[in-house]
Amino acid sequence: MKKAKGLLARFNTSYLIDNIVPIIFIGFTLAGFIVAKGLPINFFLSELSSRFYRNAFLVLSLLIPVIAGLGLNFGIVIGAMSGQLAILIVRYLSIDYLHLSGTWELILCFALALPIAAFVGFLTGRLFNKTRGQEMIASLIAGFFANGVYQFLLLFVVGVIIPVRATHPIIKPDGVGVRMTVDMGGLHYALDRIFRVPFMWAVLVVSLLVLALVVVMYLVRRKRGQQGSLVSFIIKVALLAGLACFSLYSIATNSRLMYVRQVPVVTVILIALLCVFNELIMKTKLGQDFRSVGQSQHIAAANGINVDRTRVIAVVISTVLAAWGQIAYVQDMGTLNVYGAHSQIGMFSVAALLVGGASVRKATVPQALIGTLLFHSMFIMSPEIGKAVFGNALLGEYFRTFMAYGVIGLALGIYAWNANRKSRITLDPEPVKEANS
Amino acid sequence: MSVKIAKKNNGVKRGLAASIIDKIGLPTLIIAAFFAAVMITAVVLKQSIPVLISDILRRFGMNGVLVLAMVPAIRSGTGPNFALPVGIICGLLAWTIGIEMGLTGIKLVLVVALMATVFAVIAGYLYGRLLNAVKGAEMAIATYTGFSIVGFMALVWLIAPFKSKQMGWMMGSGLRETIKLEGVGAAQIFNKFLSFEVLGITVPTGMLLIFFAFCLLIWLFFRTKTGIAITAGGNNPEFAAASGINIDRNRIIANIISTVLGALGIIIYSQSYGYFQLYSGPLMMAFPAVAGVLIGGATASKANVSHVIIGTFLFQGLLTASAPLANQLFEGSDLSEILRMVLQNGIILYALTQVKGGGK
Repeated sequence: MKKAKGLLARFNTSYLIDNIVPIIFIGFTLAGFIVAKGLPINFFLSELSSRFYRNAFLVLSLLIPVIAGLGLNFGIVIGAMSGQLAILIVRYLSIDYLHLSGTWELILCFALALPIAAFVGFLTGRLFNKTRGQEMIASLIAGFFANGVYQFLLLFVVGVIIPVRATHPIIKPDGVGVRMTVDMGGLHYALDRIFRVPFMWAVLVVSLLVLALVVVMYLVRRKRGQQGSLVSFIIKVALLAGLACFSLYSIATNSRLMYVRQVPVVTVILIALLCVFNELIMKTKLGQDFRSVGQSQHIAAANGINVDRTRVIAVVISTVLAAWGQIAYVQDMGTLNVYGAHSQIGMFSVAALLVGGASVRKATVPQALIGTLLFHSMFIMSPEIGKAVFGNALLGEYFRTFMAYGVIGLALGIYAWNANRKSRITLDPEPVKEANS
Repeated sequence: MSVKIAKKNNGVKRGLAASIIDKIGLPTLIIAAFFAAVMITAVVLKQSIPVLISDILRRFGMNGVLVLAMVPAIRSGTGPNFALPVGIICGLLAWTIGIEMGLTGIKLVLVVALMATVFAVIAGYLYGRLLNAVKGAEMAIATYTGFSIVGFMALVWLIAPFKSKQMGWMMGSGLRETIKLEGVGAAQIFNKFLSFEVLGITVPTGMLLIFFAFCLLIWLFFRTKTGIAITAGGNNPEFAAASGINIDRNRIIANIISTVLGALGIIIYSQSYGYFQLYSGPLMMAFPAVAGVLIGGATASKANVSHVIIGTFLFQGLLTASAPLANQLFEGSDLSEILRMVLQNGIILYALTQVKGGGK
């Protein structure tokens, strides 16, 4: 009995340590709601949902490298830059020659980003194989390096080596280099505007769909004779039915929630598809290779897996997804900040993933989605709290930057610390090595 | 040496050039060649060479101590000190407190240096403890420790109750982003000490003397018993531990020294600049310092004082010389800034590919 109690206590503390980051963020957001009373819920939900549509794809692009043991791929900024290059090329050609509609421009962007991102992803992957054990710092520095190359390409190669029309709206007036900001023209909302649904209608439809799914699953299980938990079933049904009723009520009374930004259905479907892709790929041979390489490169190699190749594939997929994610991001923003839009992407995406409870070695789709929501709640609430508590919105802005850095530092630190501590207890050098790689 | 090389390359004979490359290091040679090319172009394009050399000397002295801060960390085995902002923040905090106390001139600088040292010893101790807890992942964690501290201090700069007119905004609370040292008589205070002109070249004697004094101190330190033990622990931790060296303690000592050098380094840096920058100013300052020592021929696990001197001179020299040149070629452009980004991060990446360990 005593033993069990001790075990429980140890489990609790380690559970607390393992989940310290999400716990802090939930607490912070809740505190924010209490403190910043003036914040209208429809504003909050509009902001949060917008940020979710923009960032979820990018955060999800981080999952595969984590599973493949490469850690947190700060190098997705390189993918983001590839996406922006594709956008710029398509915009340039579309204005002068192709005169495409927004949707076709978008499709072309996605198509063009694929080879660019795959190529740079391949190079990054090769680099990570050469910097084995230091992939995270290497990915961060590689992002900085690529940023220099990217700027050189767009500021000096364009117009000097690559001939461009000097009077083109995306080229600087002197004919050399791309402008600081480029208007997206028809690309703005090209993905979002295909099909939009009011927020509460979307909530209604989704909750009804999930409700139907839960009921069907329960019935199927009962038919098979499996014993499902009746209590959890009833709770789920009640919650979903309550949500559906609440959204019906909002629609009927035209409440404030009806003013939440409309849901861009196609964007959400793409995010959902990526979630499914991330789940499905783990069921394939390649996915199993990712997992075994992530667990131990030694054992994977002994089992005949080409470790280096598997790692490169993981990085290529991540980079391509990040490029597409950035295209989705930019089409939602409407203007492309050519030299700045990508620079914070890596840090914020990694922070969001960690906030969802992921670690250097373990990340799942739900963690990515929950993390995106939690992290961006903090992002929205932070200036509000700064204003409410200290009378200074700027404080909140600095605070959220600090939180992003702090979360990453904390998560990396806790992971390495745990790995070292475990190795000391078991006298097994393997966890230390894993922390290294 | 040459025999060894010849064996390595399956008996292919390699001449003098190869052995020179092997000895000096390829990155150092490339940057040196690049630097020479830029200097020749500057002569051809009729840039004012004395002004250029004065600038190079100034930038060399300014950055030297910050680059020197890498040596103890690398030698102790924790890798380049990517958490240099921790030390820099100590220096900046000392500046703000010193100015708040109303001091000016040399008295200000000395008090600030003293305070910065005290802060840096405390911060360096804590940072060393942290690094011992996260062995194996030091570089990534150091980077984010630095970032986090800078992020946190941004909050402090904004709400700390400083009153001095030199540092505050005209209205509202909080410190300015850029604080000039001219008003407190601390601008170029070391540069001007014993400064003289030869052939139109201004030599910032005081600053250079201080830099070389620090170099000498560090060089001497690594010849003391503690210094040798630190190096041994960095080179081969298992062996050093077996011979009774307390590695964890040595790593802490090395990182305290590194942090102190970071704190003093930023004081020297900012007095030469004439101002210091708060908020996100120190965020990225570790990277040029890391690149500096690597360009001099250091690796992520080996570094000497000579690497610091050579590397800082080449890297800062190249950047200083290329800036007016780039401006002349592409007017109003940021080409030299792009050059800095590519070179600095390229050299760090190169060094990371040379890191052994981690294993499969």
